Amino acid sequence: MTDLHAKVAAANDADRGALLARIADEVRICILHTIDGPKMGHIGGDFSVADVLTTLFFGVLKLDPTDPRWAERDRFILSKGHCSAALYSVLAMRGFFPVADLKTFMAPLSALNGHPNRRKIPGVEANTGPLGHGLPIGLGCAIAARLAGSDRRTFVVLGDGELQEGSNWEAAMAAGHRGLSNLTAIVDRNRLQQGARTEDTNRLEPLADKWRSFGWEVHEVDGHDHARLYALLSARGGSQPRCLVARTIKGKGVSFIEDRVEWHHKVPSAEQVQLALKELAVR
Amino acid sequence: MNEMSPTPNTTTFDCRVAFAETMIEMARVDPRIVAVCNDSVGSSNLNAFQKEFPDRLINVGIAEQNMVGVAAGLANGGFVPFVSCASPFLTGRALEQIKADVAYNNYHIVLCGQSPGMSYGELGPTHHSIEDFAWMRALTDLTILVPADPQQTRDALRWSATANRPIFMRIGRFKVPAVTPESEAFTVGRASVLREGTDVTLIACGTMVSRALQAADQLAAKGVSARVLNMTTIQPLDEAAVIAAATETGRIVTVEEAIIHGGLGSAVAECVVQNAPVPMRILGVPHLAPTGSNAFLLDHFGLNAEGIANAALALVA
Ligand SMILES: Cc1ncc(C[n+]2csc(CCOP(=O)(O)OP(=O)(O)O)c2C)c(N)n1
Repeated sequence: MTDLHAKVAAANDADRGALLARIADEVRICILHTIDGPKMGHIGGDFSVADVLTTLFFGVLKLDPTDPRWAERDRFILSKGHCSAALYSVLAMRGFFPVADLKTFMAPLSALNGHPNRRKIPGVEANTGPLGHGLPIGLGCAIAARLAGSDRRTFVVLGDGELQEGSNWEAAMAAGHRGLSNLTAIVDRNRLQQGARTEDTNRLEPLADKWRSFGWEVHEVDGHDHARLYALLSARGGSQPRCLVARTIKGKGVSFIEDRVEWHHKVPSAEQVQLALKELAVR
Repeated sequence: MNEMSPTPNTTTFDCRVAFAETMIEMARVDPRIVAVCNDSVGSSNLNAFQKEFPDRLINVGIAEQNMVGVAAGLANGGFVPFVSCASPFLTGRALEQIKADVAYNNYHIVLCGQSPGMSYGELGPTHHSIEDFAWMRALTDLTILVPADPQQTRDALRWSATANRPIFMRIGRFKVPAVTPESEAFTVGRASVLREGTDVTLIACGTMVSRALQAADQLAAKGVSARVLNMTTIQPLDEAAVIAAATETGRIVTVEEAIIHGGLGSAVAECVVQNAPVPMRILGVPHLAPTGSNAFLLDHFGLNAEGIANAALALVA
């Protein structure tokens, strides 16, 4: 399983998207099994961001799972830390730790708690969970790379609801001001937060304009289009930090979970797990 | 999350239901009452409140610093905001707003920390609210209330609605046994003596009160007479009750679902050491917790009847 990324690297542009799409379905199946253990998790946000994470971990990020703290690695921060099951799944499938360990998700004394823990899990750069922490840390990572004269890059995945936290905009302002082209923010724009739609809670639109006005190069993209995500994320920007507003569907991949607010942290029943696995397998 | 912390073996009641019902009752008679929350209408049990008073439920989105600042502005306008938010993000994220905007301004705002302690056990330290007592105690103008059962939750909320001062209160996530005698009047700043005893005093708050009572049973079986105090108000502390416990029983064990630095145990110790020094044990969470359910973690840290009884026995021996 660990050589999937090599296959992606070797694929030509025409095949790469389809290959990443197949891996993303495997990631979703992995997430489903992971959540099914403790009957806890955040499946909606896990599934909406699965394609972005797959593209990053199997296509874009410069990493060495045998040396997780390799100094020249690209930095990845999952700011929406409640979607740990998605991160754990790609980390395990990418070889950072055994896939079998996912069975211990949220179990007593497990390393895999409900939110990523840098002290315990190789590949995790920052402990997230309280929303609004990832981008400032990513900003610091990008400044550190500049200071070190390194061309390594930093990627931060944010929830759209999460953008309601002001700390994001403090970091966005500083990154724009400093022209940190080595920093990429990806907003998982699924338009749902915990209790409601984002636009019914605290309107975010016009979202791309907001980032632009803070000095960012912005791309609005289909967050489930692997080829497009790969092209945009692997390309290096000019003189500005880059933001991908990734249009996604919360719960993407399973019909009865898609775009429904109650699936923020609802857990599928045994029958629903079987239905979901069927849908993911035939896709 | 498992809905019930399994240790108590009597009938249990839900403080969150008491919270939801009392908020509505109070809002019906007092037009000043508003609820302020952070994308947490459901997890704060404010769905029914929102339905009945849509204009008086202010959901600011995922923005806790803004949430507390907004409450200060509402208080300035004559409203009585009940801010309801998961306790770690309310107290930690908006700490400076609570200090400068709420406490320093002396606004009548009631900060309701939902799902406190290690309620979100499996979600890890970011979601545990074990530092809240220490953080809130450092703000000496705040009254800190820790209702132990639904009756106290209702009483604490009703008192808070007219108290005209800044208040922080924990609203427990799990069902708990009733520990308060129905006839007992709720008095802020006064510990309630749930059981008389002569050898040692167990001082507990919130979820730990019923466990302290169970520990007292175990101790009685071993011939040790334990007084049990429910310290519903952590600030201002009932110093008279603490000094009486020290002088009359000679030993004190405190127990709280919180970090042992700066919480109930610290408050009691500060009082004891300056007024009536006696041996003490401070039970609580010693450091950031590992992963596990609430019930698992409470046992893990010895925050159960056996753990409390053993601490008391070590003092008595
Ligand atoms: C500071 C903070 N406040 C509140 C929460 C509770 N919470 C967890 S997930 C969530 C909704 C997040 O929505 P979004 O960022 O859109 O994530 P997604 O929909 O992709 O899961 C909330 C409010 C939190 N984790 N941190």
